[in-house]
Amino acid sequence: MTTTDLPEPGKLPDVDVDPSAFRHLADAQVNVELDTGDMVLNIGPQHPATHGTLRLVVRLDGERVIAADPIIGYMHRGYEKLTEFRTYPQITTLINRIDWLSSFANEVPFISAAESLMSIEAPPRAQYIRTILTELSRIATFLLFLGEMGLQVGAITPAFYGFRDREYVLNLIEAVTGGRFHPNFNRIGGLKDDLPWGFIADCRGTMQKVLASCDEFEDLVAGNPIFQARTRSIGIIPAELGAAYGVSGSNLRASGVDWDLRRDGVPYLVYNDLDWKVWTHPDGDSFARYWVRLQETRESARMVLQMLDMLPAGPIMAKVPRIIKVPEGEVFVNTENPLGEMGYYVISKGATGPFRVKIRSASFSNVSILPWLLRGVYIPDIITILAGLYFILGDIDR
Amino acid sequence: MPDETPEGGPTLTEESAGVLAALQAELGDAIVEHAIAAGDVVVRVKPDAWRRTAQVCKDKLGCDYLSFIAGIDWMPAPLLADEGSGDTSAPVQPREQTYGVAGSAGRYQAFAVVESTRRKATRAILKTDVADDLRVESWVSVYAGADWHEREAWEMYGFVFDGHPSLRHLYLPAEFEGHPLRKDFPLLAREVKPWPGLVDVEPMPGGGDDEEAPAVPE
Repeated sequence: MTTTDLPEPGKLPDVDVDPSAFRHLADAQVNVELDTGDMVLNIGPQHPATHGTLRLVVRLDGERVIAADPIIGYMHRGYEKLTEFRTYPQITTLINRIDWLSSFANEVPFISAAESLMSIEAPPRAQYIRTILTELSRIATFLLFLGEMGLQVGAITPAFYGFRDREYVLNLIEAVTGGRFHPNFNRIGGLKDDLPWGFIADCRGTMQKVLASCDEFEDLVAGNPIFQARTRSIGIIPAELGAAYGVSGSNLRASGVDWDLRRDGVPYLVYNDLDWKVWTHPDGDSFARYWVRLQETRESARMVLQMLDMLPAGPIMAKVPRIIKVPEGEVFVNTENPLGEMGYYVISKGATGPFRVKIRSASFSNVSILPWLLRGVYIPDIITILAGLYFILGDIDR
Repeated sequence: MPDETPEGGPTLTEESAGVLAALQAELGDAIVEHAIAAGDVVVRVKPDAWRRTAQVCKDKLGCDYLSFIAGIDWMPAPLLADEGSGDTSAPVQPREQTYGVAGSAGRYQAFAVVESTRRKATRAILKTDVADDLRVESWVSVYAGADWHEREAWEMYGFVFDGHPSLRHLYLPAEFEGHPLRKDFPLLAREVKPWPGLVDVEPMPGGGDDEEAPAVPE
């Protein structure tokens, strides 16, 4: 057995990449001619490339991975258990901390689930503000990714740009909610507060900055030959397999699956009022994931600009009883969060707190494909694959 | 509260009605009960048809995407140490054992959500009863992603998934004893430290001129 039919890293960007040609990579036979013996390498739980406390145990033959086993749970906080001991309004505090980069977007599906069981609908203005803040969270999350992905392949400059631009967006979120990371701003039936004075003008300016910085990232990172050499045809996820693993969001769209819960799911918030587009990329590799997120950042900025023009006047809270009791029933609400599908299955028995909440978080399923995806890749590619999947440890461990 | 919902009650969306019709045609007697949960269809199938249900969903319904698999423990949680102390702000669940939408034969159930990436808003909520031996058919051969979800259900509820390649601990350390999401597994923090709800209604400084009623924000 030889490894000569495997593509050499570094030679690929010049050719037109046909993903099907490389799909056998993960099933590749490793080189057995040189009996070098296997080595077990422990990466993490603290490692700059793992964004938290993910540990990877990889079995290596030379520089090539034979088997990889992600060890998770270093940050498991037992939120599903804790929800059974909290009232509904208290739970938003917990779920803020699941995916801490886009906390606001986490709150929306849970609050929608409670509202759906109580047959309450938030007023239109609240829906618009929720959508604006959700998209701002998405932009903040993706801007960090766009910068950090460069960092993972050795380009330090984009990381500073990413952090700088994200800060503009976080300032907007802070102006509305008072918190940069954990807004805890949604209430059952609406929102805690209205937008502050001057927000609309500030937000317009910031969105123009975001659009400009997306162009910058496109030139600086996506257009960079070294970046392309490190990411093209690396870590290819086939569409069918990705779906069976529950990989969602931009990761799945980068594999050519035209599926976005904002458009294709059960309608929520005000996405149907907006004129926007779902971006996909056929390749399914790390570069495709970068490219799709780059386009989605732009698309979100355009959506926010549209919503600022369309923002209706009116109240921001529906009529809600002072003590919130959710009627008996079950509901599953899932939304398109920055990292993928976030869903809450809420079972209520009519009390002030839920009986059982199943939290379906995006990163958990996105990372569950790693044992398959890392088989046969080289060690430096592990880093770009991890960075390209873009997960948050709080979202894996819950 | 299945089918005989009164007028104005919950109704299936068009997509969910299609999902239900297809499942009924394919599974027939294997469906024990079906019900509606906010427009979605909840189908409860016999335990020995659990894997076949997944196969049907994937092949016939186009539900190629696995959202999650998890467990439910319908037993009411035991009384907490501080209950009965007069504090009514803590969430208290009903004491009798009731089963949610689509019912259950016993204490444990496994449930899952599958979705279609090709058809708009097409998804199914599936449930199956788990008998006292806690054995469930594994979905790993149908949906590769079932692997981690089943490992989680195994350690959190103790369900044993027949056909799963390696049921190992996922979140918890290997030597951990017990199944934390079972209702009779105590949340120690709550046993040790009582519910702080009473603290929340203390009058706020500057909350009002009079002594009697603390100001409660509307």
